Amino acid sequence: MPAVAIECEGLRVVFSQGGAKQTILDGLDLDVPLGQITTLLGPSGCGKSTLLRVIAGLTEPTSGTVRIEGQSVRASQHKLAFVFQESALLPWRSVWQNVRLPWELRRGVSGQGLESRIQEVLDLVGFKGTDWHKKPHQLSGGMKMRASIARALITQPDILLLDEPFAALDDMLRSKLNDLLLRIVAQTKTTMLFVTHNISEAIYLSHSIAVFRQGTIGEQIAVDLPFPRNPQVRSSPEFAAYYGRLSESLIRNSTV
Amino acid sequence: MNSKSPLWIRIAAPIGVLVAVAIAWHLAVDWFKLPPILLPKPVRVLQAIWTERVRLVQGSWVTLQASMLGLGASALIGSLVAILFSQSAWIRTALYPYVIFLQTVPIVAIAPLLIVWSGAEFRTVVLVSCIISIFPIISNVTSGLLSIDSNHLDLFRLQGASRWQTLLKLRIPSAMRALVQGLRISCGLAVIGAIVGELFVGNSGTSDGLGSLMNAMQANLRTAELIGAILACTLLGILLFLGVELLNRWALRRWTIDTGFESAA
Repeated sequence: MPAVAIECEGLRVVFSQGGAKQTILDGLDLDVPLGQITTLLGPSGCGKSTLLRVIAGLTEPTSGTVRIEGQSVRASQHKLAFVFQESALLPWRSVWQNVRLPWELRRGVSGQGLESRIQEVLDLVGFKGTDWHKKPHQLSGGMKMRASIARALITQPDILLLDEPFAALDDMLRSKLNDLLLRIVAQTKTTMLFVTHNISEAIYLSHSIAVFRQGTIGEQIAVDLPFPRNPQVRSSPEFAAYYGRLSESLIRNSTV
Repeated sequence: MNSKSPLWIRIAAPIGVLVAVAIAWHLAVDWFKLPPILLPKPVRVLQAIWTERVRLVQGSWVTLQASMLGLGASALIGSLVAILFSQSAWIRTALYPYVIFLQTVPIVAIAPLLIVWSGAEFRTVVLVSCIISIFPIISNVTSGLLSIDSNHLDLFRLQGASRWQTLLKLRIPSAMRALVQGLRISCGLAVIGAIVGELFVGNSGTSDGLGSLMNAMQANLRTAELIGAILACTLLGILLFLGVELLNRWALRRWTIDTGFESAA
């Protein structure tokens, strides 16, 4: 049993809107193992993103606890980085300056070695030097996402939270970026918690998949496919078996 | 508009209209036997503009300076007020009614008061121009500072950014386009403010703006010159607007809106 990076216990999130109460998370328990990719799979609007926000400390849970490497969310916020659904790059900053931003915002961190560190992460995500000083509007959707991932990696986070980062990209780009994430995990041992509603993306990326059911985790499935994964695995019978099992689980757990 | 018609038509058509109006004007003055005091012929107006060219150019220059200083002051003060507003809902609630007051106050009514306080001086003209043009800046920049992309705000929160960092590195850059939008509305108001101010300040001697000139021309029933001065005012407004448009283009390039995933892959 690998060590646990994120521990959620009895998480409840209730939003009240104009008197009407809406339960988003309903006593959710989840362990995210260290150095692996765990995927939260579920239909849109099931509370996956809310869970991610609670773990990141952006949303306060109504009750329940989150522990990150044994510490409270507040104490460990600097260990986390978030990749948003849209690239969320600042449009007036170049790629380079965008990647630099988290570093600028963290108080009391020295800028020593920063330039080479930026180069390193931009290389890692596959940015050519000629594109470093482009503005976001000059980049394709895929390149924006790469820049966004680079920005998340610049602070050397232990844990990367990704909120459907590739949802708006076409399949080709999506699978390229999936490979990129796998490479990053292999190289940096970063723990990733990845939210998606795409079943094959979930299987391809994950060590384990947590399927949402009505505000809790319905079941957690370990994906026993060998690493490093390559695109051929998508056409293997094992992959198809996981696909069938997960879609059945999704349908069973869906309320609609 | 009719962006499909060729360039020469887009230039020639308005000029054609101008010529037609001038001819109609000329004929109407003849036909109705209008005295030049009431309505001089177009040719008379052109003559008047030519003979008064030095005073008109000087006057325009003075009014342009007053308008630009007034606009600059309202951009600066308006932005500072907006920054203050962006920092607390309490401040907004407490002060916003007075900003509305600034918008609704008939400037023509308080201009005499301003002259009592600040004298029949150039600075009073700038003050009137500033007061009349500040509201669009305050309201545009305030909303620009407040309507920040929620992902960007989350990003800053996650990094533990201070209020000050969020203001400098996120809110102000995000609001730059709103400032330029405000300036587009305000530049016309600034010219109006300067001319209203000058109308009240009246002749103060050497450096008379267009408003002061118009005051004198009207008093002496020099209608042709008056029309010439009105044309100069219009030109001034257009000039200032074009200046702001250039600024707008530059701001668009500098602070381009992120189009998300819409751009081609």
